Amino acid sequence: MNWIFLQVKNPITDVSSAGSYLPIAIQLIFAVLFIAAMMGLTHWLGPKRNTADKLENFASGIESHGDARQPMAIKYFLVAILFVLFDVEVIFFYPYAVNFRQLGWEGFFAVLMFVGFFLAGFFYIIKKGALNWED
Amino acid sequence: MGVTQILFWVLTVLALGSALMVVTSRNPVYSVLYLILCFFAISGHYILMNAQFLAVVNIIVYAGAIMVLFLFVIMLMNLNASVEPQKNKWLKIAGAIAGGCLLLVLVAAFKDADIKTQLVQTKDGEIGLINNLGMALFKDYVVPFEISSVLFLSAMVGAVVIGKKE
Repeated sequence: MNWIFLQVKNPITDVSSAGSYLPIAIQLIFAVLFIAAMMGLTHWLGPKRNTADKLENFASGIESHGDARQPMAIKYFLVAILFVLFDVEVIFFYPYAVNFRQLGWEGFFAVLMFVGFFLAGFFYIIKKGALNWED
Repeated sequence: MGVTQILFWVLTVLALGSALMVVTSRNPVYSVLYLILCFFAISGHYILMNAQFLAVVNIIVYAGAIMVLFLFVIMLMNLNASVEPQKNKWLKIAGAIAGGCLLLVLVAAFKDADIKTQLVQTKDGEIGLINNLGMALFKDYVVPFEISSVLFLSAMVGAVVIGKKE
């Protein structure tokens, strides 16, 4: 057990080492084990009195009808893919923000140009009305 | 066998096993879930190599955003049992030949590769840290960085052109 508490004693000193991810790993393992234990316990301990009404699919209280696997509108996909693109843009800011002072004006103009391209795309999206939900 | 090596083998088995389940599972939604597990295992590999930024970005972008897109695509496709794609015999043979060719190329490439030196710097490599990565990205690779923004712009335009009905 000593290697678990080793991290807690000096957590700042080796923050750039892979060993500093040990608490996150422990947390993940704990979360998985906890959920597995809870699901297993409820299946094992809970009473099972299945009736035809209970085994029916739950559809918010109304009578279930049709199939859930229906093709959905492309609008959702369009919003999702635009979200991914801007998500990746934000991720590029993080290495810049960490080195903000060392990079100086040169890095600032590089990022400004990067953001400029994205802004052009954003204006294109707005002008085309791609994010308008109602047609 | 140290802790790093044990973790490496556990993550390798997890990644390869979940990747195999992606291909073999019948339900496409299960495939996506196994792919998320595969991405988490790969992120664990990145952390073992001390590429912390890459590990976190892999989880945010791939396990988070790209997987949502995959689920949307599966929902768009309307996969019912009645419209299951037909299994063509010739298609299977062609796939086997193509996969075998890829395997041959990979094996040949790895056979000639110089792996006598240390394969990968685990645990305390410096290059994957966010400081060094940012300096390399904005100093040495600033032109590819700008070109990537053009790529994003073209992706935006393409998505809007394809997805928006006029």
